[in-house]
Amino acid sequence: MKVQLENLTKKFPNRNKKVGGEVVAVDHFNFEIPDGELVGLLGPSGCGKSTALFMICGLQSPTEGKIYFDGEDVTKLPPENRGVGVVFQNYALYPHLSVLQNITFPLENLKGEEKLTKEQMREKAVEAAKLVQIEELLERRPNQLSGGQQQRVAIARALVKRPKVLLLDEPLSNLDARLRLQTREEIRRIQQETGITTIFVTHDQEEAMSITDRIVVMKRGKVQQIGKPQEVYDNPVNLFVAKFLGTPPINIFDGEVREEKLWIGEEEVLSVPGVTDQKVTVGIRPEGFELDEKGAFSCEFSRVEVMGRDVTVVSTHENCQGTTVRSIIQAENKVDLSAKKIRFTLKPAKVLLFDAATDDRIHF
Amino acid sequence: MEKNQYKGWLYLLPAALFLAAFLVYPLVDVFVYSMEEGYNFASQTSFGVGTYNFSYVLHDPYFLQAVRNTFQMVIITVPLSTGIALIISVGLSSITPLRKLFQTIYFLPYVTNTLAVGLVFMVLFKKTAYSDGLVNLLITWFGGEAVDFIDGPHAAKMFVMCLYVIWIVMPFKILLLTSAICSVNPQYYNAARVDGTSPFRIFYKITLPMISPTLFYLIITGFIGAFKEYGNAVALFGTDLNAAEMNTIVGYVYDMLYGDSGGYPSYASAAAIILFFIVLTITYLNLMVSKKHVYY
Repeated sequence: MKVQLENLTKKFPNRNKKVGGEVVAVDHFNFEIPDGELVGLLGPSGCGKSTALFMICGLQSPTEGKIYFDGEDVTKLPPENRGVGVVFQNYALYPHLSVLQNITFPLENLKGEEKLTKEQMREKAVEAAKLVQIEELLERRPNQLSGGQQQRVAIARALVKRPKVLLLDEPLSNLDARLRLQTREEIRRIQQETGITTIFVTHDQEEAMSITDRIVVMKRGKVQQIGKPQEVYDNPVNLFVAKFLGTPPINIFDGEVREEKLWIGEEEVLSVPGVTDQKVTVGIRPEGFELDEKGAFSCEFSRVEVMGRDVTVVSTHENCQGTTVRSIIQAENKVDLSAKKIRFTLKPAKVLLFDAATDDRIHF
Repeated sequence: MEKNQYKGWLYLLPAALFLAAFLVYPLVDVFVYSMEEGYNFASQTSFGVGTYNFSYVLHDPYFLQAVRNTFQMVIITVPLSTGIALIISVGLSSITPLRKLFQTIYFLPYVTNTLAVGLVFMVLFKKTAYSDGLVNLLITWFGGEAVDFIDGPHAAKMFVMCLYVIWIVMPFKILLLTSAICSVNPQYYNAARVDGTSPFRIFYKITLPMISPTLFYLIITGFIGAFKEYGNAVALFGTDLNAAEMNTIVGYVYDMLYGDSGGYPSYASAAAIILFFIVLTITYLNLMVSKKHVYY
């Protein structure tokens, strides 16, 4: 199902009564999620991602704006009539019910013509359990399950009514690193098998980049950028998006453009045709460095971190806004460990310029 | 390790001595008294050992009256006070404006003196030379016939007694239940709402199981408290409860010890032990039931 958000806004009264006024959690959201896509809402905590999700599922009503499912206005519809399934951050499995009872719980609420017999409910629950591969755990209580298994039960419960939209609120944040990797593949597999339009909320950019068809980057209730993960990574619209995506994070320098040349400190590092003279903030992705003895850009070398496939060179630079400059180079390149200075050539596609005042992207 | 063990006992000693002197010894003594036939308090002598005291108490019409009264009160007040407290707590936790005000109002009886409350009930129910009491005024106003609630028929007295007890025990129950309801994670309610669960089903299937430990705690302590009822009866009907036919088991024990017909520690002990076994049985039954229904 296609999900459309139009000017979606949510304001809360300020908790701090002395300050008063309102807090805008979600600020004029406009976007469209095509049918069958897996979309990640990405942003730092407190940016309104969960609020947006709760408005889509109907637990919170928007202050302004509209929500359309397949062109139909559902803004005023209660959650149960929207055909959504929700997986909550802490799963919200009912601890006093068995796994099977948890999964059948939504079905027991059906009334009138939709009412199901006990056998039908069981059948549907087992079907959902099979999809998430927990059919042998049906008689257990939630506290007898591991975090990953609980997560699966929560997904099965969300899917049992065959919703048209599946919403996941920070689905992986309670799992350890290995399970997180496994579970995100699992979510991708389930989503592709069922073809359900899925929206999930996360603050982990790696999670969002790895499995989504599209990501929505948010900051303080405002959409910053929407696009395919790779597109957003390669072409961030502003400094915030550039900083938020990528591990290790992008390296930020103070620089200046003079006569279509980019200067960082006393060095002319790159030619940037078409950019007018101004102060800029320069972002260089870690993979944007190439070791080159005659390279234009030099750093104070501090150490090397060997990762196997590639090597991270850690160095410092006086114009760098962070404490260190991290660059990733192929392991075949030998690094002179005794050197004081290390020189790089920069790959133009990996160098991003931003307006020093507004943080907006400057294309060249 | 060995040395530490002695040290541990040493630290426990003051409390252990205190408990032994004021709790364990009297308990043992009660058992001993209850088995000594014809015990004379002044000369500290008895005829022998046997079960006569129990048989006397069990055949004493005043004791039987007290048992009947106690059971009636328990059966009426425990379910009613717990049920009403539950309804009020659910109501309190679902409103936001004025919640604090209502909470305070419901908690007032807890901090009010029992005898002061008794006085208020007198105004409401007592027949005097000048008035029939406020409740009787209402009854006659609606065309009914005035009832003497304090010196009249047993049922009327029992009604006042139960009303009084329920009113007294309710605040504590409301306090515990409201906090139990508040501590249920709201995410469960969100999950249930997304699935279109009706409010009644949410209460029955989620809230109730989640607060069941508190609920059963209240039921068990409620039973025990009601079986030990005495002071409230005195507040309403005065000290001569046998004459008012409103005596309770604990009241009977007191009368046997210190009342006008008192001076029989053996009978009092026998009655106290019978009460102990009644409470033990009921509590055991409660725990059996709670094992099946309480989710921890």
